[in-house]
Amino acid sequence: MSAVYVIGVDVGGTFTDVFLLDEVSGQVLVNKVPSTRGDQSKGFVEGISQKIADFSDIQTVIHGTTVGTNALLERKGADTGVITTQGFRDVLEMRRRDRPTTWGLRGAFTPVVPRNHRLEVRERVLADGTLRQAVDPDEVARKAQELSAAGCEAVCVFFINGYANDANERQAVEAVRSVWPNAYVTAATEILPEIREFERLSTAALNAYLQPVVSSYLDRLEDGLKQRDFDGDVLIVQSNGGVMSIDTAKHYPVRTALSGPAAGVIAARAIAAAAGLQNIITCDMGGTSFDVSLVLDGEAALAAQTAIDFGMVIRTPMIEITTIGAGGGSIARVDQSGLLQVGPESAGSDPGPVCYGLGNTRPTVTDANLVLGRINPDRPIGGKLEALDIAAARDAIDVAVGRPLGLSTEDAAEAVLKIANAKMAGAIRLVSIERGHDPGKFSAMPFGGGGALHTGALIKEVGLRSALVPRYPGVTSALGCVVADMRHDRVQTVNRLLNEIDAKALSDEIDATASGAADLIRVSGVNFSAIDIEVELDMLYVGQTHTVSVPVEAGNIDKESIAAAFDAAYRTSYGRLLEDIPRRVMNHRVAVIGRRPALDMKLLVGEGGKPAEQCRIGSRRLYADGAWHDAPVYERLSIAPGSRIVGPALLEQSDTTIFVDPGLESEVDDYGNLIIRTGKREE
Amino acid sequence: MAEVDAVTTAILKGRFEQIADEMDATLFRSAFNPIIAEAHDASHGIYDATTGDTLIQGKSGLPIFVGVMAFAVKAVIEKAAGGDGLHAGDVWIFNDPYDGGTHLSDFRLVKPIFHDNELFCFIASVGHWHDVGGNVPGNYNPAATEAFQEGMLIPPVKLYDRGEFRQDIVDILSANSRLPMSLYGDLNGQINALELGERRIGQLLEEYGVDTATSVLSALKERAAKMMRAQIAALPSGTVSAQDWLDNDGITDEPLKIALDLTIDGDRMVMDFTRSSPACQGPVNISRSTTVAACYVALKHIFGDVPANAGVLEPVEFKIDPASILSVKAPKPVGGYTETILRLIDVVFEAVAQLAPEQAMACAYGTINALSLAGHRADGRRWVMFSFFGGGHGAHGAGDGLNHGNAPISTATIPPLEILEAAYPVCFTQWALRPDSGGAGKYRGGLGAIYEIELLEEAADVFLFGERGKHPPQGVVGGAPGALNRFAYEQDDGEHSPPMVSKMVGIHITRGQRVRLETPGGGGYGDPAARDASAIARDRALGYVTERQTS
Repeated sequence: MSAVYVIGVDVGGTFTDVFLLDEVSGQVLVNKVPSTRGDQSKGFVEGISQKIADFSDIQTVIHGTTVGTNALLERKGADTGVITTQGFRDVLEMRRRDRPTTWGLRGAFTPVVPRNHRLEVRERVLADGTLRQAVDPDEVARKAQELSAAGCEAVCVFFINGYANDANERQAVEAVRSVWPNAYVTAATEILPEIREFERLSTAALNAYLQPVVSSYLDRLEDGLKQRDFDGDVLIVQSNGGVMSIDTAKHYPVRTALSGPAAGVIAARAIAAAAGLQNIITCDMGGTSFDVSLVLDGEAALAAQTAIDFGMVIRTPMIEITTIGAGGGSIARVDQSGLLQVGPESAGSDPGPVCYGLGNTRPTVTDANLVLGRINPDRPIGGKLEALDIAAARDAIDVAVGRPLGLSTEDAAEAVLKIANAKMAGAIRLVSIERGHDPGKFSAMPFGGGGALHTGALIKEVGLRSALVPRYPGVTSALGCVVADMRHDRVQTVNRLLNEIDAKALSDEIDATASGAADLIRVSGVNFSAIDIEVELDMLYVGQTHTVSVPVEAGNIDKESIAAAFDAAYRTSYGRLLEDIPRRVMNHRVAVIGRRPALDMKLLVGEGGKPAEQCRIGSRRLYADGAWHDAPVYERLSIAPGSRIVGPALLEQSDTTIFVDPGLESEVDDYGNLIIRTGKREE
Repeated sequence: MAEVDAVTTAILKGRFEQIADEMDATLFRSAFNPIIAEAHDASHGIYDATTGDTLIQGKSGLPIFVGVMAFAVKAVIEKAAGGDGLHAGDVWIFNDPYDGGTHLSDFRLVKPIFHDNELFCFIASVGHWHDVGGNVPGNYNPAATEAFQEGMLIPPVKLYDRGEFRQDIVDILSANSRLPMSLYGDLNGQINALELGERRIGQLLEEYGVDTATSVLSALKERAAKMMRAQIAALPSGTVSAQDWLDNDGITDEPLKIALDLTIDGDRMVMDFTRSSPACQGPVNISRSTTVAACYVALKHIFGDVPANAGVLEPVEFKIDPASILSVKAPKPVGGYTETILRLIDVVFEAVAQLAPEQAMACAYGTINALSLAGHRADGRRWVMFSFFGGGHGAHGAGDGLNHGNAPISTATIPPLEILEAAYPVCFTQWALRPDSGGAGKYRGGLGAIYEIELLEEAADVFLFGERGKHPPQGVVGGAPGALNRFAYEQDDGEHSPPMVSKMVGIHITRGQRVRLETPGGGGYGDPAARDASAIARDRALGYVTERQTS
């Protein structure tokens, strides 16, 4: 029998989610097992083996990982050294002269490479690429031995203006390797050949810092799979939402910094596309935060750089995720001025909300949802607890909110939700209205445990078109792994005036970059329906420092087309063009994307399904808009496509609860998604 | 006025803040000069229709503007009242520092927002322009004795009159700048920000109505005052005093005193600056509005929770001598206002440390170090490289100060040296932390920096406006001071330092010669003898502290 399975595995902090697709029969299986802290590869293999006996039946495994993210957040990367230009050892520590918070000067910063592991050598390249002083390989070799003796596992070679001429950097890397054979030696410009020394060094140093940790994890994972006779390919989800080969991931682990969340957004995009929605805002509500991402015309928005923590800047394209401090565990309080505040302080998942009974006494968003009847106290999500303590939640809301504001328990709880919803609405406005997009053209797509309780409010508050609750919100990221395209991003600083550019040479360079990346995709052993090339120039008027992204067509690049594309992009971003000011091309960016065949989302819907009335499992007293309602409760996964449910109503499944607000109505679509919209039917 | 519930108030507060933030972001992205685009030396807000008081201020703008912009809006209200009033479609522009605060480089655009033909509020945009004329490129002229030597002074005039753009105003501005292209780009960015703000406020008023929105804005002011009173009441009653010094005014090498007697009386605070030096000849004077704004910044650093609106200053009384360095009128030079307000913030920190040691922070590096190199390229084009440099933050009750931070009055980031080298004919030969610059203490002050720059063109003139060359940043609660600011330049006959220590005009250097700036670290916190042995060992191992400082 030949290999038939394509498997997505998303390893999170608590659970490892597995999504298995049998490409021959079209059957879909999902599995959820506890993550194995310490060595995630164990839970990974276990999650698959519970469903598949013979690993030689597996064609491809695609993995969304948090190993890199956690190593960064917990500062558990390898001992790393930096060899740099004389006079510049402190670039990493000096950052861009910022501070963590605007108000209160109490910030601190500890770089991942300590000062005594950052060594200097004599060399210098000027901004125009002129070699001012050649590097001395012997001096570099001595510094390398010093770092090796000090216990470093990884080394990053970073020279000022290396983006303009990397000759010294390449020579230095060779010198390091000549005395210290080590797989973890990188040149900063190899990771990011882009102007801006701190951002380049930070990205490259974090890559070096992660390399030993992520590589050894991926080695263990490959071994674990091979021991089970696995003979397929392993692909890793990158922060940009595309996948890369496992070997590329070992080389560029910094590209996995947002691997897990990116997989979720990719799944959301695919589910929405199947359901006929091109514009969505994904909403991932966890215990402490609410993450939103924008998908416009079927493409996820990318950010050019992200700070994982203060001063830990990674400059590679990543799915743009906007995070605000409003989750289920966010704490409600009345401040000294008498204003109700929710978050950013959070009770997290341990001790968690008051109703968990684990020691917290300050009311949270989840407590408010419970008091108002939106959550079933006898069927807590996650399965850790037997029941939720409503009385304790009511008390906490009375003490912290009700009495100070003179509100009944229910009205106080509803006030807490209103504030939390307003904050979430703010995050949605930030990614839609503030970027010039009309929210009426977007649908919200909640995933994770709590989001589906709040989507109705978001539709009303921001004026979204609808909400789409996917059939399995809890395994969205694992599904995303299976549908993600393969993607490679390349950047190179140009820094020339448009009228001084040799357009032919630029075009040739872009073509060469693109074909190199396309080759990587072709040899990956994965099936693609197409390979797309996207080229953008970062451009600006002379004198500006912020660039606009200017899409141009590969193979059709000349000065006139660049100028026209710039004008169009600039007008869209800022409104008015500035006549007579010369334009500059700062960088070129090439993305090469291997498109995977679309997954038939109908595979997600099981056989049968019953009319809504037959799936009703009871009713609950529920408080909304200042009044009590008797709301029917449904078993969500049993409801047949085409069924319609009018709010107020609650739909339950093992990993989420959906609240259809009064005045809204919902319908199960052909793919098992629940679509919620306002009662005004579109004619 | 409509009665509005607490929940709607909180929701609308978030909406208004988002509008101001969005105006900030619009200007930062589209501005031309790096002082706005990278250093965020700009601000946007929403102001009271009658009084001009600050109601809402963007979070990402320059902190000092939070307090000062109300005075700018008031200046427009007064000017319009004396003329033909305010109309929909008007935009006022000016940079008068005596009415509007700060210095000539900061151009303010103020726009009245009408709804249903009624004035609802003002919105305003302020940004630091690259060059506004005067004797020195970049306008930090340490030798100025009158505002006329610092740049052009524009009183409140209309840039748009009932929606009609007045190109003649722009022509006047452009003709007075060394960098008219940059000026034009920044001005456009500010107009974009105001247009966006007007659109967003219009949408909000359609949704919630004028009555509700007005009630919310006034409720927010009352709440801010209430919150500030609660913060003050938590401090012990009594009077404490602190004083600190500016090196000189750039003209005469005599120290200038900034003194504060701070009284807490129940839930009220009196900030008495009468013991400060009289107005001086050089450009470290500031106007009264700037003084008040700087105190606001200091208080907000200490009491982080208080909101950014006028209510915060309601329980605070100011005593400022009109003849002092802290309350000057035209045409006294004010170009170096940044140095004086940094010292004001230092004395507030030093005074509060005596009342509430656990909330205290030691002084940060305390100087903006405005350094510019200017000249002509071989093809005759003029270039001006102008930037502010960083230093160490003060230690505090919970730990060491931050190494190489930005000034307390700003959230500015420094431009990448690679961007500077790509844009100007210079080569940095050092960009490093400065060992031994942090003040000793139980917690050590953050380290300052060393920047060394070599000239690659034939010749250039160098200008510096700095401070803390003679009086270092102070420690608190027994901590030691940080290192002094130091500046040196190379000429044919060897290395020199400016006679006024950190201030100098037109230093001529030639190809291959270097200038070197060593910035102060922050002050220490607590007795150095109480410092943890492992922290001392770590400082030595990492080279933050060398034998020189320990011995």
